[in-house]
Amino acid sequence: MALTGVDIFKLLPKTNCKKCGFPTCLAFAMKLAQRQASIDLCPDISEEAKQKLSDAAAPPIRPITFGSGDRAVKMGEETVLFRHDKRFVNPCVLALEIKDTLSEADIHHKIQEVFDSEIERVGQRLRIDALAIMNDSNDAGKFENAAKIISSKAPDIPVIICTGNPSTAEPVVKLLSNKKPILYGVNSGNLEAMANLAKTHKIALGVTANGLDELSGLTEKIKALGIEDIVIDSGARKAKEILRDNTFIRRAAIKKNYKPLGYPAITFAQREDTLVESLIGVIGIAKYSSIIVLNSIEKWKNVALFTLRQNLYTDPQVPMQVEQKIYTIGEPVPDSPLLITTNFSLTYFIVSGEIENSKVSTYLAVMDCEGLSVLTAWAAGKFTAGKIAQFIKESGVEGNIKHRELIIPGYVAILSGAIEEKLEGWKVTVGPREANGIPAFLRSRVA
Amino acid sequence: MAFAPPVESYTGKVCSITFGIGDKAITFGGENVLPFHSFEGSVSNRPAIAYEIQDVPPVDWPENVKKPYEGVSNDPVSWAKFCQDALKAKAIALRLIGTHPDREDRSPDDAAKVVRDVLSAIDIPLIILGSNHTEKDASVLVSAAEAARGKNCIIGKAQEANYKTIVAAAMANNLKLIAMSELDINLSKQLNILITQMGFDIGNIIIDPMCSALGYGLEYTYSVMERIRLAALTQNDVTMQPPLLGDVGMYVWKVKETQASEKDMPQWGPTEERGKTWEAVTAISMILAGADLLIMRHPKAVDAVEKVIDELI
Repeated sequence: MALTGVDIFKLLPKTNCKKCGFPTCLAFAMKLAQRQASIDLCPDISEEAKQKLSDAAAPPIRPITFGSGDRAVKMGEETVLFRHDKRFVNPCVLALEIKDTLSEADIHHKIQEVFDSEIERVGQRLRIDALAIMNDSNDAGKFENAAKIISSKAPDIPVIICTGNPSTAEPVVKLLSNKKPILYGVNSGNLEAMANLAKTHKIALGVTANGLDELSGLTEKIKALGIEDIVIDSGARKAKEILRDNTFIRRAAIKKNYKPLGYPAITFAQREDTLVESLIGVIGIAKYSSIIVLNSIEKWKNVALFTLRQNLYTDPQVPMQVEQKIYTIGEPVPDSPLLITTNFSLTYFIVSGEIENSKVSTYLAVMDCEGLSVLTAWAAGKFTAGKIAQFIKESGVEGNIKHRELIIPGYVAILSGAIEEKLEGWKVTVGPREANGIPAFLRSRVA
Repeated sequence: MAFAPPVESYTGKVCSITFGIGDKAITFGGENVLPFHSFEGSVSNRPAIAYEIQDVPPVDWPENVKKPYEGVSNDPVSWAKFCQDALKAKAIALRLIGTHPDREDRSPDDAAKVVRDVLSAIDIPLIILGSNHTEKDASVLVSAAEAARGKNCIIGKAQEANYKTIVAAAMANNLKLIAMSELDINLSKQLNILITQMGFDIGNIIIDPMCSALGYGLEYTYSVMERIRLAALTQNDVTMQPPLLGDVGMYVWKVKETQASEKDMPQWGPTEERGKTWEAVTAISMILAGADLLIMRHPKAVDAVEKVIDELI
C-alpha cells in the first residue's frame, strides 16, 4: 500500500527550507504521494527515510522480465485481488516441463510442441511461453545435455532451470545465462551456493519452501545477498493449498505491503490425468499464479487455457474488439445473405456462431463501433444509418454479391428507412433482435 | 518476524439450500467465506452438480455430448435413470426445451407429465427448467410446479418478465426457485427484492446471474459472481446471499470450440477432448467465482470437476 502525504511528511526534515522548490515540506510530501515529484529533490533527508520511501514506492509485487528477445515475458506488478477492481496486469506464464531423463527425440518433440502451440484469438497471439527443464536424473551430464538441446533448438524460449543441486545447476546456468532464465530450486540447504550462481550470471532465482513462513525467511536472506529478482513457491501442490497460499501471498503483498512475499508466484500443476491438470491450471490462472508448470500441452488443452487466461486478463473497462471487415461464414455465393453487426468481440462470436449453426452460408459485415454491442453502439451514435451506409459502400462487398439487401439487427429496426435513403438501390431487412433467432430466420429465407 | 497469514473475516453468510427428499437430498451453499477459503471460515458444503437432460431428444446437442447418452436420450425417463444409475449422478436438471414455441411447442400438460414421470423414476433431487421463453415458461412452469409438489425440487428460471406467476407456483408447491437476470449485479438484486416482496423466502432462492461459456463472455459471469459473493459476505447484503447457479452445459455446448472438427481447426486438436475440456474449464472457473450449483452435460467433464472439487475441499 502506498504511503499517504502525511506518512511521507513524517519522514521529511520538516525544515521548510524550500530547497526542493516547494514552499513547505508538507506541500512537497503531498506531491511525492501523488508521484509528481522525486525524493531526490530533498538534499537533507536521511538515508534511512529515503530507503523507507523508495521501498514504499516500489510496486507491491516485483516486476520481473523472464527470458530475452521477442519471447521475453513480464511477470508481477499486480495490484488487485479481484479483476473487477482493476485489470490483472501480466498474464501468467504457461511453461512445459521437460525432464532430463527423456530421450533426445522426446525432448525435440516437446520443444516442437511448444513452437506449434501458437494460435491467434481475438487479435492476440497466444502460446506456451516457457520451458521448465527438470533435473530428475540429478546427473550433471544429462542435465547439461538436455539444456544443450534446448539452447540450440529453442534459443528464444525462456527457460526455468529446475534443480536443487548447485553443482548440476552450474553448467546449465552458464550455458543459458544470456537467455535470462530462472534458476528454480533454492531452499534453506543450498541458498548461498545458488545465490552465488545467480549473482555471477545475473539471473533470477526461484525459491521453494515448506510453507509461507519459511518462504518469507528465504526471500529475505536472498535479498540480503543482493538478489532482487525472485519467484516464489510455497511448496503447495494440492488444489486447496495452491488456492490458500496464492491468496495469502497476493493479500500480504497488496494489502499489507509485505515485501518478503512481494514476488511472482510459481505453481507446479503437473498431474497424471491431463484433464485434471488443465483444471489445476484454471485455478492458477484465476487465482494469482504468475507461472504455471504443466506436464503436457495438448492442443485442446492449450486453446482452453489460453482462452481463459485471455478472458480473465482483459481490462474489465475496455471491451474486446474484432477487426472491421466482411467475414464469410460457410461458402457464400453472390446470392448469399448479407448481415451486419458491430465489432464487440462477444457480439461477433455469438452472431457468427449462430450463423454457423444455421448452416446457411452468409456474408457478415462487422463494423468498427469501438467494441460496443449493437444497442450500446446505436445509443452512442456509432452505429448510425450514415456510418453503416458508408461502411457498406467502402467495404467492397458490392463486388461479391448480386443482390442489394442488407439484414440489420432487430434492435435497430428504427434505422431501416434511413439506411435505405443513404444506400441507394438497397433494400434493408430487419433481422431478429437476439442472435439465437438467426438460425430460424436464415433457414426460413432459404425454404 | 514470523509470517502472520492475512486471514479475513466476513460479516455475511451464503444461504444453504437443501433440495430433494429422503437420504438422497443434497445441500449446497452455507459458506461464510469466499469459495474454498476453508482456511478462514466454514465451507460447509461442496458445490453440487446436476446432469442436464431434456424432455425431447437432444437433436440440438453436438455429436460428442450426444454420444454418452445414445440409446437412452430419446426418452427423458430412461435418460434420467441412466444418469442416476450408470453415471451415479447426485442430481438431475430436466430442461423442458420441447415446450419452446420454436421447438416442438409442447403444452404445459405435456411438461407436467414428463416431470411426474421423471420424478417417479428417480430418487435423486430434480431441477426443473423451462425453455427460457419468458411467456411460455410462465404457463409451463406453473404446471410443472404442481407436478413436483412435495418433492422439494428446484424450479426456474424466474425472470423479470415472468417472475410473478412462477414465484407464486413455487411458493404454493414448496419448491426452491432460480431467479435469473442478465449479467448485472443490480438487476439480480432488484429481482430478488421483487421476489421476496411477494412473500417468498430469500432462503429458497438460487441466483442465476446468467452463465457464459469460456471465450464467450466468461469473464463477465465470473466478475458478476465475484461481486455478488463479496456483497453477500463483506457487506452482509441479505438480498445477495442466495447461492449461485452456473448453468454451464447449455452455454458451452453451442460454441464453436465444442463443435468444430479437427479437420477444420487443426490447431485446436481433437473435438472430443476439446469439448469436455471446454465444459470442465468453464465449470471450474464458475465455482472459483462463487457458483454453488452447476448444471453440466458431459459425464467426463463432470468426473474431472468432481475430482478437482475433492482436492479443493
